[in-house]
Amino acid sequence: MGLPAEHETVKVLVTGASGMLGRVTTQQLLARGDEVTVLQRRPAGLPCAEVLGDVADPSVVARAAAGQDAVVHLAAKVDVTGTWDEYERANVQGTRNVVAACAAEGVGRLVHVSSPSVSHAGSPLFGAAAGSADPARARGSYSRSKAVAEQVALDADSAGLAVLVLRPHLVWGPGDEQLVARIVARAGAGRLPLVGSGAALIDTTYVDNAVAALVAAVDACGPVHGEALVVSNGEPRPVAEILRRLCSAAGVPPPRGRVPAHAAWLAGAVVEGIWSATGRCSTPPLTRFLTEQLTTAHWFDQRRTRTALGWRPEIGLEEGFARLAAWYGGAGTGADPGAGAVGSVPPAAASG
Amino acid sequence: MTASSPIELPGLDPSWSRWVPVPGADGGKHRWHVLDNGVPDPVGTLLCVHGNPTWSYLWRRLVAAAPPGWRVVAPDQLGMGWSDRPAAPRTLAQRVADLGALTAELGVSGPVVTVAHDWGGIISLGWALEHRQDVRGVVLTNTAVAMPEGDLGPALIRLAHAPGLRTAVTQASSVFVRGATALSRPPLPREVRRAYAQPYDSAERRRAVGEFVADIPFRPGHASRPAQEAIAEGIRSLDVPALLLWGPRDPVFGEKYLADLRERLPRADVHRYEGASHLLPEDAPQYAEAVATWVTDRCGASNAPTPGRGGASAQPARPWAALADRAGDDSPAVVAAGGVPVSWARLARRVSDLAAGLAAAGIRPGDRVALLLEPSTDLTAAVYATWRAGAVIVVADKGLGLRGMRRALRGAAPDHVLGSAAGLAAARAMGLPATRILAGPASARLRRALGAGHDLASLEVLGRTSSAPAEPPLDADCAVVFTSGATGPAKGVVYTQRQVGAQLELVRTAYRLTPGDSLVAAFAPFSVLGPGLGIASSVPDVDVTAPATLTAAKLADAAAAVDATVVFAAPAALRRVAATSSDLTEEQRSALGRVRLLMSAGAPVPTPLLRRLGETFPAAEPHTPYGMTEALPVTDVSLGEIEAAGPGNGICVGRPVPGVEVRISPLSPLGTADGALTGSPDVPGEVCVRAAHVKDRYDALWATERAAGRDPGWHRTGDVGHLDGEGRLWIEGRLAHVLTTADGPMTPVGPELRIEFLDAVAAAAIVGVGPVGAQVAVAVVVPPGRARRRLPRADRLTVAPAELAGTVREVAEIDLAAVLVAGALPVDIRHQSKVDRAVLARRATRVLSGTPVRWASRRSTRP
Repeated sequence: MGLPAEHETVKVLVTGASGMLGRVTTQQLLARGDEVTVLQRRPAGLPCAEVLGDVADPSVVARAAAGQDAVVHLAAKVDVTGTWDEYERANVQGTRNVVAACAAEGVGRLVHVSSPSVSHAGSPLFGAAAGSADPARARGSYSRSKAVAEQVALDADSAGLAVLVLRPHLVWGPGDEQLVARIVARAGAGRLPLVGSGAALIDTTYVDNAVAALVAAVDACGPVHGEALVVSNGEPRPVAEILRRLCSAAGVPPPRGRVPAHAAWLAGAVVEGIWSATGRCSTPPLTRFLTEQLTTAHWFDQRRTRTALGWRPEIGLEEGFARLAAWYGGAGTGADPGAGAVGSVPPAAASG
Repeated sequence: MTASSPIELPGLDPSWSRWVPVPGADGGKHRWHVLDNGVPDPVGTLLCVHGNPTWSYLWRRLVAAAPPGWRVVAPDQLGMGWSDRPAAPRTLAQRVADLGALTAELGVSGPVVTVAHDWGGIISLGWALEHRQDVRGVVLTNTAVAMPEGDLGPALIRLAHAPGLRTAVTQASSVFVRGATALSRPPLPREVRRAYAQPYDSAERRRAVGEFVADIPFRPGHASRPAQEAIAEGIRSLDVPALLLWGPRDPVFGEKYLADLRERLPRADVHRYEGASHLLPEDAPQYAEAVATWVTDRCGASNAPTPGRGGASAQPARPWAALADRAGDDSPAVVAAGGVPVSWARLARRVSDLAAGLAAAGIRPGDRVALLLEPSTDLTAAVYATWRAGAVIVVADKGLGLRGMRRALRGAAPDHVLGSAAGLAAARAMGLPATRILAGPASARLRRALGAGHDLASLEVLGRTSSAPAEPPLDADCAVVFTSGATGPAKGVVYTQRQVGAQLELVRTAYRLTPGDSLVAAFAPFSVLGPGLGIASSVPDVDVTAPATLTAAKLADAAAAVDATVVFAAPAALRRVAATSSDLTEEQRSALGRVRLLMSAGAPVPTPLLRRLGETFPAAEPHTPYGMTEALPVTDVSLGEIEAAGPGNGICVGRPVPGVEVRISPLSPLGTADGALTGSPDVPGEVCVRAAHVKDRYDALWATERAAGRDPGWHRTGDVGHLDGEGRLWIEGRLAHVLTTADGPMTPVGPELRIEFLDAVAAAAIVGVGPVGAQVAVAVVVPPGRARRRLPRADRLTVAPAELAGTVREVAEIDLAAVLVAGALPVDIRHQSKVDRAVLARRATRVLSGTPVRWASRRSTRP
């Protein structure tokens, strides 16, 4: 859906604007003339009002939400290590605070950003519907905490507060620290093997498409509410192909070698154990969650999402890979990518 | 404790349940449990009667899928389900009276259609005979009204009838109750089996189950015997439409019970659900929709479309007319591989003698004669003689595979089998209950051993002294042939004399065949058509089940034998012919050099192959007719026309042959062909055909026939394609193979052709994976020769190497989620060329699902 000819200015609070998705979403909302406030711990360097603080702090959230028409809630702890309490605090308590602030401040719309992993219990997802968040079966602390958070958000859907949940799936693009940077780093070091057959069909989301969906959700929220929508490119590919294309765009060698799925899973379990026992804060090289993500199909039926949001992905995979290659080959990592692309920023929302 | 009502059962809406107290014939009041959709002021009522030991749960899908405006009432019989348990056992006559009392209490009158299963069948018919003024139709599924002659009753039930055993099996234990739902194929879900058993959870609640079995009147003198006999005879006068739905795998009521019902209700519509067993409403859930459609068509107020027939005004010659015309001609008519040529005069004589012999031996007009012999002059003579005698040939070729053949033949229920020694042995092994006629050399001993009452030679002798049978009516059935089974179980297709005559005329006209032509038939269905077309024919030395065994040399020898001007062959055979053409001698080359028309039938032929064949057949114009078992030919295209048309989305099969009309039924977003027929160009949809030679109907497949003929006069082919601005038809695949993506329906053949054009690809198939409406496309490609040998098992799919995937994507012109490599594509036995994309889609789904890993100790990640 293109921008309406006469767009009515919306006052929007974006939480977690330091991540790739939050940052570009903020830029897009500003570009179309919305009044945007961002909330995160450190200055995001965006040309808009800013509240610095922790979403787990109710007073901070209440202050940021005051007077807003809508909230896009992206702030979350996205990681594979850390204690449950850390996840619970950032993801569950953070969302409770956002919901409470919306209610208290009379904010009418909440777009809550979740993850498809909240309903993924490990079996292959083949053109699956979004499904309900299921904390009992979600894998790992991140997914489980996001599942609880999504339930908190949807439970708040009411006459006074329209809640719409978006689950962007494996968002990637120039400047992405979550998916692309890690894969590229490992492949560059020659340590990216193919796990399993490499045939698992996986859909991803080019960042601009996810952003467009979030912007569309700010407008759709209201008439559409109380449901969760998975957002993706709708172009699933075998995982081996995606990894190869990402590596090729970044100019690093493609995955080499093959690790059987079960061996990788076991290795993941061991690695997680070591990381947790030694209290290391860095990201472990292999986890069971990652193994599962790399060996099991997960792609989604996008029909409901497209109708509900009046949105379609504008940037296809080919174009996305070309833009990624241009970014790696041109301005490159670390440089200020300028408008349209995204800088090197700490990890924030958007995973799956 | 026993529940008094059904509790939370799958598929059952609690609001359908009601309890009705009814004064019984025995004075007491009994409470009935009834499923009732409660439609007020209904158009009519479906009265559904279950058998033993089920209950109204059996009909839940029909209650849910009631025809518009119809009330559906499905009681639990007294003593059964959730109805009261009366003190005394009930006889058949009482059960009929009970049902009448219930319907009176319910206010059921006006148009009523009874629907019944198992022993509910005879009760429903008893009710129908007592309510003739109200009955508009009867539907019966896997039931019996009488023991067919020589039958002692269903063996399983008889076993349960043995007094001591009966109580043990039916009442004291739940063996019978549980056993009934164990017969289902495929097996029923556990919750459904539990639902059937729910009201029968104690010996006391099962009492009527045993009593019901005891009431089956196997022996003369049984108390219910007079009532049973009265109903069995009475229905012969029941002048209402009847629908018989049958599960052929029923171990209780076998095919002979269906035959008995058909004999009593000769105008009944029949649908056999191949693969279904006794509990038909479970095994073939689509029965509900069929009943609803049938009731609306046949029993409603409106006039139903009469399916089938189009352009039937033609008065074509009889199939044997050309043969009769050349009865004085001593030139060769038929040359079988390695055999002695048979002249027209000899063949005509043989056919008329054999026809008279068949009639004299008791083969009556309308009888079905299964022909189980290889293409040969015996087969040719047998076909024309059977037609002349007014009987119906049943032709199931080995191309169906042995199991497919058995299923097809049993379904067609032939009265006689005419076959070679091997054919008759096979007929015996298949358990075909038919009289047998032996073809080929026969000693009395061999005949006896095979149980053959006659052989061809003795019938011919008999025929010489018998009078010629009367000519059958033009609209009499004359053939049952079978679809290839490439897309589901093979379907029987019935042709009348008129339609076969029309087909011969159409072929003659379309290809300008004159008595000066002669034919090599390397494609089984055409091997017998030469005499009908009035041209000499020859059959090469080739196994019909393996068309690829035909070599150029064998074809050339067959061509030389009749000085052939026309060649008919399957695509797989032609591929092999092209590959072996370098082995031809000069003499063989010159025999093929005289061929003016090369026809390939059965499946589309790639243009490069047609071009290559030009070297082997320098004087021939390669033609490909397009058609199917139900209508052949529909269109025709020559190599020149294909080249003139250029590339397009699909295979160009040319223009309809004279006398045939083609229309398109446009596709819906979910891949069904719902649109009104159109002749507009560039609209993709199901190809529909109207012509005088289109089949009469599907055999014992009422619902299939209804669906294929839902536009009166038109046959839906199941193929999808479009017409172009020049009136040419392009085939884009099978309706069942249409992909349903989020962007709408997508047909496979166009992209397949573009991919197959690549040097790195020998064959390609596009399949959809994922749920209907949200599928993504996957290409499965087979690399050529050498590269293929390096692959693992033929059916194993792997992700294509990056370079191959890239090239395939570039040419496909559709978004491909994945490119997979296979050693071979699954194809049908008969043509070796129809790719089973459903099987392929399942394989692709498995591969692309990845390797789910067991997440055994996930709790450990939680601090």
